[in-house]
Amino acid sequence: MTVSGWLTIFLVCAILTALAIPLGRYLAAVYTGERTFMDRILGSPERLLYRVMRVDTRREQDWKGYAKSLIVFSVAGWLLLYFLLRTQALWNWTGLNPLHFHSAPWNVTFNTVSSFVTNTNWQYYGGETTMTYFSQMAGLAVQNFLSAAVGIAVAIAVIRGIVGRSGRSLGNFWQDLVRTVLYVLLPLSIIVALVLVWQGSIQNFTTYLTAHGITGLTQSIAMGPVASQEAIKLLGTNGGGFYNVNSAHPFENPTAFTNLVEMLAVLIIPAALVFCYGRMVGHRRQGYAIYSTMMIMFLGAAIVCYIAEAHGSPAQHAAGLHTAAFHGSGGGNMESKEQRFGIAGSALFDVVTTVTSCGAVNSALESFTGIGGAVPFANLSASEVIFGGVGTGLYSILLYVLLAVFLGGLMVGRTPEYLGKKIEAREIKLVALAILITPLAALFAAALAVASSAGRASISALGKGPQGLSETLYAYLSQANNNGSAFAGYTGFIQPTAGNLGSHGITFANLVGGCVMLFARFAPILFVLAVAGSLAGKRVSPPGLGTMRTDNPTFVVLLIGVIVLVGALTFFPALLLGPIVQGLTGHLY
Amino acid sequence: MTLKKDILTSIIGVAVLTLALGIAYPLLITGVSQVAFPGNANGQQVHVGGKLVASKIIGQSFADPVVNQTTGKVKLDSNGNPVTTPDPRYFQTRPSGTVPSANAAATTFSNLGPNDVATKDAILANIRSYLALEKPYDPALTIAAIPVDAVNTSASGIDPDISVANAEIQAHRIAVVRHLSLARVHRLISTYTFGRGLGFSGEPSVDVVELNLALYRLAGR
Repeated sequence: MTVSGWLTIFLVCAILTALAIPLGRYLAAVYTGERTFMDRILGSPERLLYRVMRVDTRREQDWKGYAKSLIVFSVAGWLLLYFLLRTQALWNWTGLNPLHFHSAPWNVTFNTVSSFVTNTNWQYYGGETTMTYFSQMAGLAVQNFLSAAVGIAVAIAVIRGIVGRSGRSLGNFWQDLVRTVLYVLLPLSIIVALVLVWQGSIQNFTTYLTAHGITGLTQSIAMGPVASQEAIKLLGTNGGGFYNVNSAHPFENPTAFTNLVEMLAVLIIPAALVFCYGRMVGHRRQGYAIYSTMMIMFLGAAIVCYIAEAHGSPAQHAAGLHTAAFHGSGGGNMESKEQRFGIAGSALFDVVTTVTSCGAVNSALESFTGIGGAVPFANLSASEVIFGGVGTGLYSILLYVLLAVFLGGLMVGRTPEYLGKKIEAREIKLVALAILITPLAALFAAALAVASSAGRASISALGKGPQGLSETLYAYLSQANNNGSAFAGYTGFIQPTAGNLGSHGITFANLVGGCVMLFARFAPILFVLAVAGSLAGKRVSPPGLGTMRTDNPTFVVLLIGVIVLVGALTFFPALLLGPIVQGLTGHLY
Repeated sequence: MTLKKDILTSIIGVAVLTLALGIAYPLLITGVSQVAFPGNANGQQVHVGGKLVASKIIGQSFADPVVNQTTGKVKLDSNGNPVTTPDPRYFQTRPSGTVPSANAAATTFSNLGPNDVATKDAILANIRSYLALEKPYDPALTIAAIPVDAVNTSASGIDPDISVANAEIQAHRIAVVRHLSLARVHRLISTYTFGRGLGFSGEPSVDVVELNLALYRLAGR
């Protein structure tokens, strides 16, 4: 461990907070229809979009109407993306398929499309060996924007439900969608993309380069419109890499400075939405309480992961390596980590992208130490509420807030209330369902996968002993949480050469994974919108002496307790058999 | 809104937003990048004698193809890739998990687990080749002194960088093979050493690609 390593962790938290507060103020203005400085530029394209899409923004929607629009829109996006990916070779005329790739098999495409529409970006394929530039930019990157916008829209609708005064409206889905894309995602993406190119990311449409090295070897170098896709991949907490090795690739993440920028880009919108929430409910302290909860859990995860990775792995020690830092070497478990990021920059990046539902990686989780790798597991087990995905993080933690209010109410013997609204049996039933769907889907699919030979076919040849279970469990946990990071030895796509010819998918892994992603994305959205719809119609009673406060440290502790308890109760037995066994032993398998 | 209206709005919305976000946005970024940062946007290509030799930020294998003495042809492995041996005239990049080594058109992680025998064996093999290459020039070198980055695979497989300690060990070999003073080689190393981002982020890194190209220009080989 080094001083600069610790500095990285704490400065990222500080910079994040400093940036998220003003962005939260801006977001609140965007979603409450106040004027912002962007109106002058974006007002007319916004109105044009409404006209073209035939949207009447004055028409407010109840939760069912909002959900219906959202589902229909996602289905349309799914179908178009499936079409684009399956017809990859037909778009050669655009000049954006330099290597004349064919399409990946139907089952791999099913999985990929489901993963991008659900903001998961689970990738069984390698970008530069499977996808054309056209598929990446006009297919995948578009869903990076749209799935992120859908997540944010749901969060905003839920906030409206919580603050709603005796109405049933949650707003207008189409308006939230368009405003999110135009006012939030697009401007931030342009800024981040240009910063990345300034630092060394590429952005071109030329064919793969052939370098004739000075020792006589040739090297083929994949090109492409990387920076534009990288920016939204991070800002939308999508995580699907342009290249197979994701943010480890020097063209995706060229310097230690971009590594910082990328981590902040992942965290900024989920963090800002919490401050936006505080403003929209009219009690900024409510936002601060939720932000503190997230920050405490995030710091805990980062610190544990950093210490574990800096310690080194049993395999390194068995080979006789000394893993302590010394002059000129950072030491630690450098297996599948990049030199420019070092241990802290790698451990922190992967913690950032697993607490959020981003799932990008700049180092291989599969090669993390037992305890270091248990941290992403724990982050996923907490159901992506530590910042979480854009929008999904906020509405997911609000479910836990309601649960904590309910439990707190039981403890003190009062009718549970949140922001003046009574939490009753109907809401708690919906909350419980919404919270339990993700673990249910993950554990059920993982059990099916380890119990069947079709499922075990995906485990990597190297994944022996607990590592094989870790791979499988992580795969379904990640897909159920719409995260997308992987213990990447687990595979669903056998591709002997680049370009998809002669390749085939493992149908079990692709279909089960795809269904898990779709189910665990849209079922909770329906439940959480139902909760919001039910809260929207409730009368607000003024706080009394016995009202439990939800904006003080006591509540933060209670909330953390509830999140940890639910995660531990559902996942602890499974985690014990995988990463924790590896963390507790020096034994090699 | 009726279902029919939702469907219509969705179809138009997905189409229009695909044009805006999938075509216009990447074109805009490409246009601005190609004007403002053309070198970076095209991958920091390095040309020698009109020929592309490398991207400055993509790690390469600085190795020589092994030639079969009887046939005079380059030996190929079972995948049809040339069998290589490290070129002692150049700094060596980190071990790579791609096939062939440092393949920038099909990157992949090594996916070696922390408690796997295979991981230990891979590290041991890397240690053996590192010692075989460096120990003749740095007799005091022991396993304990080998920096981890030298024998653990990089994440991308095309990491252009190595640690300063790794570069300083290899400096002994470069100095002898190229008849340069050790101090001269150290100066070159520090020229291509990039510090931490903003002074705290990441680790100081030596860009092997640029360093080797500087050596190449110095001697013409």
